[in-house]
Amino acid sequence: MTTMLNPQLNKHGELQHLLTIEGLPKSIVNHILDTASSFVGISDRDVKKVPLMRGKSVFNLFFENSTRTRTTFEIASKRLSADVINLNIQASSASKGESLLDTIDNLSAMHADMFVVRHAQSGAPYLIAKHLIDTRQAHVHVVNAGDGRHAHPTQGLLDMYTIRHYKKDFTNLTVAIVGDILHSRVARSDIHALTTLGVPEVRAIGPHTLLPGGLEQMGVRTFTNMDEGLKGVDVIIMLRLQNERMSGALLPSAQEYFKSYGLTPERLALAKPDAIVMHPGPMNRGVEIDSAVADGPQAVILPQVTFGIAVRMAVMSILAGTQG
Amino acid sequence: MTLPTNPSQLDAEALYATLLAQVKTGLAGVANVAIVGIHSGGAWLAERLAADLGLLPRLGVIDVSFYRDDYAQKGLHADVKPTQIGFDVTGATILLVDDVLYTGRTTRAAINELFDYGRPARIMLAALVDRGGRQLPVAADFVAASVTLPATQALVLQRAATGQPGQFTLTIE
Amino acid sequence: MKLASMNLHIKNGRVIDPANGIDGVSDLFIADGKVLAIGAAPAGYTADLSIDATGLIVSPGFVDLSARLREPGYEYKATLESEMQAAMQGGVTSLVCPPDTDPVLDEPGLVEMLKHRAKTLNQAHVHPLGALTVGLKGQALTEMAELTEAGCIGFSHAEVPIEDTTVLLRAMQYAKTFEYTVWLRPQDAHIGRGGIAHAGPLASRLGLSGVPVMSETIALHTIFELMRATGARVHLCRMSSAAGLELVRAAKREGLPVTCDVGAHHIHMTDADIGFFDSNARVTPPFRSQRDRDAIRAGLLDGTVDAMCSDHTPVDDDEKLLPFGEASPGATGLELLLSLALKWADDYAAGQHAAGASPLARAVASITSDAARVAGLDSGTLSVGSVADVCLFDPAARWTVQASALASQGKHTPFIGYELSGQVQATIVAGHVAYQRAVAPR
Repeated sequence: MTTMLNPQLNKHGELQHLLTIEGLPKSIVNHILDTASSFVGISDRDVKKVPLMRGKSVFNLFFENSTRTRTTFEIASKRLSADVINLNIQASSASKGESLLDTIDNLSAMHADMFVVRHAQSGAPYLIAKHLIDTRQAHVHVVNAGDGRHAHPTQGLLDMYTIRHYKKDFTNLTVAIVGDILHSRVARSDIHALTTLGVPEVRAIGPHTLLPGGLEQMGVRTFTNMDEGLKGVDVIIMLRLQNERMSGALLPSAQEYFKSYGLTPERLALAKPDAIVMHPGPMNRGVEIDSAVADGPQAVILPQVTFGIAVRMAVMSILAGTQG
Repeated sequence: MTLPTNPSQLDAEALYATLLAQVKTGLAGVANVAIVGIHSGGAWLAERLAADLGLLPRLGVIDVSFYRDDYAQKGLHADVKPTQIGFDVTGATILLVDDVLYTGRTTRAAINELFDYGRPARIMLAALVDRGGRQLPVAADFVAASVTLPATQALVLQRAATGQPGQFTLTIE
Repeated sequence: MKLASMNLHIKNGRVIDPANGIDGVSDLFIADGKVLAIGAAPAGYTADLSIDATGLIVSPGFVDLSARLREPGYEYKATLESEMQAAMQGGVTSLVCPPDTDPVLDEPGLVEMLKHRAKTLNQAHVHPLGALTVGLKGQALTEMAELTEAGCIGFSHAEVPIEDTTVLLRAMQYAKTFEYTVWLRPQDAHIGRGGIAHAGPLASRLGLSGVPVMSETIALHTIFELMRATGARVHLCRMSSAAGLELVRAAKREGLPVTCDVGAHHIHMTDADIGFFDSNARVTPPFRSQRDRDAIRAGLLDGTVDAMCSDHTPVDDDEKLLPFGEASPGATGLELLLSLALKWADDYAAGQHAAGASPLARAVASITSDAARVAGLDSGTLSVGSVADVCLFDPAARWTVQASALASQGKHTPFIGYELSGQVQATIVAGHVAYQRAVAPR
């Protein structure tokens, strides 16, 4: 049994790190979404900044490459008037000997106020958060920008913001997540967020090789037949299919995948007529999604990106305002 | 201008009438006027003023949560509402409206926020009640009543849920 | 006066010797490094040293079927000195060490050197397992007869699965020729490869790659088939699942010459103890579900599981303070073996009302006589004439598991911070007091 308490919340129940959506009280999730709506309008102003994090340093610590996520965090930080330092730590420099915790200690000594961390290992941000708590640096906050297969909480939150924007009420929706759920941290975060916000039916659609065990325990109905799974659905979240899946004996080919699990206009028509199509990006056109759908009127993929900046601004400003 | 009044005798609707009269006179003949209310009490007042002055298309509402100076001590306010400015701030004469003018810090935050939208020609401040206790050099152009209150008490504007317009009342908490 | 010839009298302790069915307050008489008598003093016996064991249990010294001493090769993780001291403080007087050292124990010279090093410390008896294949590469057989002559008590493939089934078949045939026991971990070479946690809903939620129970059961089926074909005796190391134990139960009923052990941590922990990615819970085999843990507890009671061991694996901070998937698997165990055995007796066996020996006696048997029987060692008993390896312990003493309380250089265990019962007061090896806990001044 571990003696570590849930490191996301401080002893007053306030959010001090954002590591995962699992276990977050619904009130905190809603608070983040509500705050985000105030940030959406900033992008339309002349001065696209608010002074909330003026003088604060945000360190983007990316152990896994990702230009797009890093860029949105950078934009979000700068719109909060924070200073941003980007650190791309490739595997090779880690192999030069400096451990993850040594890296954190060095950066803390440079007065980092916030770490935005992406790492290939599930759980890495927890190690960092625990270390900061143990070394009495409770004023330094950690945002998980994606850890292994475990969680991508800001993506989950921006997906919820998007759904709320278009559908308003979570409690009468059917949401389908399609694709490589086995390897997807986005899927896991979406599932936790949807169930926390009271979505009555969450569906996972994919071949058996890409569906992890234990989904039922997470409150999800699984489908291996996409036509069945999409019937009457209000929201479709498409996941990216990575090339490695073909070499790992999980799938034979991208063409076959598209035939059975690609979102074509015909398949989209099985969902509700006002269903929205989402994708965390980047898209593989012709593999998981047909261009006609991606560019069609039901796709809300670009608004997701816009909302993503506002949601990240909300997360960062709520964290930065929490005392240890 | 106005003499200090007993806070327990405040009639919010009467005060509003006074304020409206002052504002009408003060803004007569001024071009490019817009009204911006500070959420939430100021926003209600601004709504009523805009309706009574025929300026509804030039109405905005501002939430100063992102510009407050106590973020480091108190964190982000629990109830942030979006700021909505539907008109061009640059060149406008903006009447900033708040319910209670106290330390002046909220006004400072609101002015900073407005300047991030553009360069106004002029900003004037209207407050229903001035309770003194200024901590910054801020003064209202239009005030309906002045009162003194101990620091432990707050003066809160409320708007009735029913009625068009909802009735204003002031309470001490 | 030579140490070995000291007359040692241990009085007033509760003597528990499961092999001989002894469980009661009695005196123990040691002479010439051997057990002379239990009960009444032999005629003409005068003690050179008397130890008052009032309130303590006097049992055979513990026999640990798996403890990594990290020598040769891994001295930066731990040394023979520190780990042998840990054994003494844990009451372990005989231990079996796996061959996955660096270099691997596949040459008689290495085994002799290790045995010699251990002997000079005058602490626990060290019984190495030889590698089943050269370099543990799963290709060429080792010189099993030479290695046995050098002191190996059996042959193991540590945690490395043998990919080529033909090689395993040949190794078992060859071992059978000389009646050597083959010690094998039941894990498939490919299924669950790269897995770091039990494949189940928890690992799915946490995004950790899983080792399915199937990895253990498929390997067991293969091993049992090979046993039927060769007649070789096999000891299965570190069972982890209910399904696996069911297969062992059936194999024993069938009459196959098989025994198995479990790691002491696995009797208590489940995958839920990973908590928020606590790398102290990163072990191999992984902690599995509650159902699996309950089957392990029941297996110890009904004899399907022959013995428990510490599976002592010292891992230093640099290799544990890492993200879960990067941390080295393993937990320190020599100094927790007694407490964890007693915890099983308290938490589980006591509530099962099985006929026969008391839960406490069963717990002691699982780390003494039963373990010795599995390893083919003449230890783990207080039989008259046997080498006097004895442990005096206080079953009620509470202690907190923390780095400062451990002599081992391995300070990592999921039990860190826990308070446990059971503390060794003295450890006697071949009749000489090799360790005595410092008594706090009254």
